[in-house]
Parts: sequence; structure tokens; C-alpha cells
Amino acid sequence: MELPGLFNYWVVVVLMMAGFYVVIEQGNLVKKLIGLGLFQASVFIFYISIGKVADGAPPILGDAAELYSNPLPHVLILTAIVVGVATTAVGLSLIVRIHEQYGSVEEDDIHRADVQADEDEA
Amino acid sequence: MLLALLLAVAFAAVRMRDLFSVVMLFSIYSLLTAALFMDLDAVDVAFTEAAVGAGVSTILMLASLRLVGRSEQARRRNPLLALSVVAVTGAALIYGLSDAPLLGDPNAPAQQHVAPYYIQNAMADTGVPNLVTAVLASYRGFDTFGETLVVFTAGLAVMLLLGSGRARDNQQYGSEDDRNIQRLVVRALIPWILVFALYVQFHGDFGAGGGFQAGVIFASAFVLFDLVHGHRVTAQVIPAHWLPRLGALGALIYGGVGLCSLFVGQPFLDYAALAQDPIAGQHLGILLVELGVGLTVFSVITAIYYAFSTREQLR
Repeated sequence: MELPGLFNYWVVVVLMMAGFYVVIEQGNLVKKLIGLGLFQASVFIFYISIGKVADGAPPILGDAAELYSNPLPHVLILTAIVVGVATTAVGLSLIVRIHEQYGSVEEDDIHRADVQADEDEA
Repeated sequence: MLLALLLAVAFAAVRMRDLFSVVMLFSIYSLLTAALFMDLDAVDVAFTEAAVGAGVSTILMLASLRLVGRSEQARRRNPLLALSVVAVTGAALIYGLSDAPLLGDPNAPAQQHVAPYYIQNAMADTGVPNLVTAVLASYRGFDTFGETLVVFTAGLAVMLLLGSGRARDNQQYGSEDDRNIQRLVVRALIPWILVFALYVQFHGDFGAGGGFQAGVIFASAFVLFDLVHGHRVTAQVIPAHWLPRLGALGALIYGGVGLCSLFVGQPFLDYAALAQDPIAGQHLGILLVELGVGLTVFSVITAIYYAFSTREQLR
């Protein structure tokens, strides 16, 4: 298979920016967390792309292959995926608590409620 | 081809307002990523992504949508500012990548550092043919220990925020007949899932797999069981208050292995100290720490699922 040079990295950048856009622009907290997930997954693809060696075999030693892809990025990303789901769960549970407190997961509503509470106090 | 599909799914997910569809698209995105990882020779990573991204994280997102509602409000703000920030950052990154080594280049700097050492010496040092397992559990054992503790801490944080799940029934959907069919199918599936998880756990030295993947697969069997039988029955199989203890036990096994080698005068987590023969010590050490990882990951994922699924919906 002919490898497309830098194309992989360009796609990674576009995916990363799609996630970034969701995080900074869209107001729904669950959506923001999904945007963060997109961002994270693009970084994973970046690392794994770096580790790829043309015509290399998966890094499990055998008799058939001479050339192996780099196992180090695989290790880093494998653990990062599992840590990622655990931290996402922490984020989701914070969102659930915010929803219980404010009755909404929209950033604008939450901000308005905070401003309202400050004014009531003053 | 896969990359084009990934782009299409990502943009659809960004534009969609119905959060249920967004979560489903995100799950498809994860599965596509897993396929891409296969293509890039990262079999262990593909395995993990398929089990975690397409399985567990989708379930967690759906469980929280149940609690917070599935529709997103449209915003009336002008997206131009955010779009320009994103465009500038993206352009800068593309510019920065313009002199990066091409994909697959065997002479790239990333391929020159420690990787050749691992590939040449892992078999002699550890006796484990799966290089990913060798690096994960042996060469980078410290790092993996830290990550196991992060996973455990995240599980504790979720339990603190949401409570660890009382033994009450979560909502059941569908008619009684439908549920009987589901129960029958699940009953047929679960033993195989558990056996597969154990295979992945203990065969990780030789093929793709290991504690992280096995823990997630083991937990997904319980999630499946919970979905069709309700939480009360699942809590009889494995009560919620066991889970933090099991997670702590996993971390303890991992740390304990490190302390054992410390006590016989070797560096922390030097498995060669565990037996007369260094290779046998490495085998034992890797087996034990993978077991610790599997136990922690399983109990944390199950505990997180319990916490989300038993939370009452607020009116």
C-alpha cells in the first residue's frame, strides 16, 4: 500500500480543530465533552501514525517479519484510552451534578443563574 | 478511505443538535478509529479502542443523557470568532507539520530512540513476544502503575460525586416478552464474553491483549447483564460495595509486586528479583501486574456504570 505522506497528519489537524470548535463554541456541556473526545481521539491517531513503519508488522515477535512498527506509541495510547474513559466519566458525573443543581446543562443558562444568584445576594 | 469516513462522521457530530445521535456518531467514530489503528499495525490499541470507545464510553454517555436530557439548545451567538480561532490554530499546526517526517518513514526520529532497543532485546530481557505487553508491564512499569492509580482515583471521584449505587431497580423498557428474549440471548452470550476476557487477560503476553482490555471486556459483560436483568439482580452477583475494594486490591497487587522486589534489594518493580531465573521472574511479574491492572479497570468501569445507572432522574 502506498502511504500518503503527510496526509494522515493533515486529517488529524482537521479532526482536532473540529473537536476544538465544539469545545469553545457550543454551549451544551455534554456536547463539549464529546468535542473533547474528538480532540483526544485525533491525538491518538497522531501518535499511532508516528509509530507506523512502512511494510512493518504489528509489534508481536514472530518468525515471519523482520521489520516491526514502533511499540512505544502503542503502549502510551493504549493506557491513555482507558484513562480517557475514566476521566470522561468524572466529567459526565460533574455534568449530572450540575444538572441537578441548575436544572440545565447549557452554559448560557448556568451563567445566567449564577449572575441572578449574585444579584439576589447583593 | 477510513480517514475520509472519520472526517464525515466528525463533521456530522459537530453539526447535529440531537445529543442521542451525536453519541451514536461518536461511537461509530471510535469504531472507525479502531479500524484505522489496525491498518497502522497497532493491534493492541485497536482492541482497546473498540472495547472502550465503541462500547463502554457510549453506554456511559447514554446513561448520562438519560439524566440530563437529549436535546441541545441552538445558540444565537455568531460563530465567526470561534471559527477564525480554529482556522488560525489549524493553519499554524499544518504549517508546523510541513517538515515532519513522512508517514511510515523508518528513519524518522521517533523510530530511532528506544524502539530499536525494545524490538531487539525484549525477547531476551522479558521472554514476552508481544512487545506492547513487554514495554507496558516491564520497561515502562512505573508509568503503567501511575495510570492504574489514575483510573482508580477517577473511579473514586465518580463514586464521590454520584454515590456508589444503591441496590434498587433501574428503569426497565419494553414489554415482558421482549425482555425475555433479551435475557435468553444475554444468558447465551455472557459466559463467552467472560471466557474471552480471561483469554485476553492471560494470553496478553503472546497475542494482542492484556489487563486493560480484559478489564473492560469483563466489565462489559456485567453491564450487559445489568441492562436486561436490572440492577437489583446484578447487585446480588457483585455488590456495589465490593467494587472499590476490588479496585484497591488491584492497585495493591501491582504496588505489592514492586515492594516485593524492593524488599529483596532490587529496584522497585524489577521483576527479575521475583524468582531465581530472571526470565521466570519477569513472567511472574508481568502476569501479576497485568492481573492487578485488569482487576482495577474492571471494578472501576463497573462501579462507574453502577453510579450512573442507579442515579435518580431529577424532575
